[in-house]
Amino acid sequence: MHSVMQQPFKTAVLILVWGWLLFLVLAPNLLVVGASVMTRDPVSFLSLPLNLDAYRQLFDPLYLEVFLHSLYMAAMTTLVCLLIGYPFAWALSKVGKQRQLILIFLLIVPFWTNSLVRTYALKLILATNGLLNSALMSIGLIDEPLQLLYTEGAVIIGLVYLLLPFMILPLYSVFEDLKQELLLASHDLGAGRFSTFVHVIVPLTLPGVLAGVMLVLLPAMGLFFVPDILGGSRNLLVGNVIKNQFLDARNWPFGAAASIVLTVTMAFLMFAHRLSKRRIGEEGA
Amino acid sequence: MTRWLPRTYLTLVYLLLYVPIVVLVVFSFNDSRTGYAWGGLSLRWYESLFNNRAMVNAMWNSLWLALSAATVSTVIGALTALALHRYRFRGKKLLNGMLFVVMMSPEIVLAISLLALFLLVGLQLGYVSLLLAHVTFCLPFVVITVMARLSGFDESLPEAARDLGASDFTMTRTVLIPVIMPALLAGWLLGFTLSLDDVVVSTFVSGPSYEILPLRIYSMVRVGLKPEVNALGTLLLVFSLIMLMLSQWILIRSKR
Repeated sequence: MHSVMQQPFKTAVLILVWGWLLFLVLAPNLLVVGASVMTRDPVSFLSLPLNLDAYRQLFDPLYLEVFLHSLYMAAMTTLVCLLIGYPFAWALSKVGKQRQLILIFLLIVPFWTNSLVRTYALKLILATNGLLNSALMSIGLIDEPLQLLYTEGAVIIGLVYLLLPFMILPLYSVFEDLKQELLLASHDLGAGRFSTFVHVIVPLTLPGVLAGVMLVLLPAMGLFFVPDILGGSRNLLVGNVIKNQFLDARNWPFGAAASIVLTVTMAFLMFAHRLSKRRIGEEGA
Repeated sequence: MTRWLPRTYLTLVYLLLYVPIVVLVVFSFNDSRTGYAWGGLSLRWYESLFNNRAMVNAMWNSLWLALSAATVSTVIGALTALALHRYRFRGKKLLNGMLFVVMMSPEIVLAISLLALFLLVGLQLGYVSLLLAHVTFCLPFVVITVMARLSGFDESLPEAARDLGASDFTMTRTVLIPVIMPALLAGWLLGFTLSLDDVVVSTFVSGPSYEILPLRIYSMVRVGLKPEVNALGTLLLVFSLIMLMLSQWILIRSKR
C-alpha cells in the first residue's frame, strides 16, 4: 500500500500532466468550438451574437467545391497509399526477420527527414524543365514537356510520397500478427486463394487498414504546404482554407468551423477503427 | 514466381521513396544556377547558405527550440508514463484518451486551437508560444515510447525497493529511471526531430521575433527553385539520419 509520504510525488505529477492537457489541449479546443458559433469581427476577431453562420458558409457553393475537391484529393491519396501499401506490407511481413529490421528502418528514415524539404525535392523532378520531363524527352517518349507541376496529380503524388509510411506501418503490424494456422485452416477447409483472401485475410487486416486510412486521410486534408509548393492556387486542401481564414482573411468563425469538420471526421474514423478491432476480438475469443 | 515478385515490388517502392532524396543530395552539389541542368561539382550553395546571416540565425533558433522542446516534453512525458503505469487514479482512461487524441488529430487543428488560446491570454507569439506548442505535440510520442519500455519491465524490482524502505521518490530515482533511460533518450531524439521538422503548427504560433528554419525554408520554396534549399535539405537529412541511427542504436542495445 502507498503510505501518506508517497502521495506528494503522485499529486505533483498528476497536477502537472492534467494542468498541461487541460490548459493546452482541452481549453484551446473548446475555444475553437466557441469561435465557430460566434460572429466575425475585424478588430477583435470574434464578437457576439452566437449563430451558425460559419457552418452555413461551409455549404456556400464556392467553398463546398473547394471542400469536395480537397476530400477527393485526400481520398485518392488514401486509395493510392492503400493500393501500394497493402501488398507492400504483405510482402514485407514475408521477408526474413533480420532483413525486415533493415527494411523497416529504411521506411522510417523519410519519416524522420524534413517533409518540407522532401516535398521540394519532388518539385525538382516534376517541374516543366525538371528531371522527369527531361528524361522522357531524351528517350523520345514525348516531344514537349508535360505540365506535371501545379496539377491535382502533383498534389496527390506529394501527399502519397509523404504519407505512404503511415499506411504501411499499421498494415505491416496486422500482417505480422496474422496467424499462419488460420490460413492453413482455411486452405484445409477447401477455400481457394481468392476465398481465403476475401474471408480470412481481409477481415483480419481490417483494423490495420482503418488505422492506416486514419493516419493518411486526416493529414491529407491538412498538410497545406503540399498544395502551396506543388499544386498552385486551384488545388487547395481543407488545411489551406483553414490557414487562409485564420491568418489572411481573419474570418475565425469560418476557419474554426472548417477545423471542426476535420475533428468530426477524425472522431468518426476512430470510432470505426475501435469497432473493427472489437469485432475481431470477439471472433477470436 | 512467388519469390521474385514480392522482392521486385519491395525494391520498386523503396526506389520511388528514395529517388527524390537522392536527387536532392546530388543537386546540392550542382554548380548550375538554373537548378535543373548539371553544371559540374560545386560547394557554392553550402557556402552561400552559411554566408546568409538570417538563415544561420534561424538555424540556431530552430536548434535551441528543438533542444528545449524535446527536453521539456521528455520530462513531462516520462512522469506521465510513470503515473499511468504505476498509479490508479480517477480519469486515467480520460488522460490516456486525451493523449491519443492529441497524437491523432490533424496538426492544423492543434495549431489553430493553440493560436486562439495564445491570443486570448495575450501571450506574445515567439519562443514561448512555439515551445508550449511543440511540447504539446511531442508529449504523446514520449509517453508511448516510455510506456512501451515500462510494460516489459519486471514488477518485482520496485516492490523490492519499497520493501527495503525506499520512498516513492527514491525508488523512482534509483530503480525506475535507470530502467527507462533508453526510452527517455529515444523519446528525446524523436521529440527533437518532430520539433525541428514541424511546419504546420509553427506557421500559426510563431511571430516575427523568433524566426525558425522550417518557416524560412517554407517562404523560400513557395516561389520557384532555390538551390540553397538543396544544400540545406541535405544537411538536415544527414542530421536526422544521425539522430535516427542513434535512437535505434540505443533501443536495440538496451534490449540485449
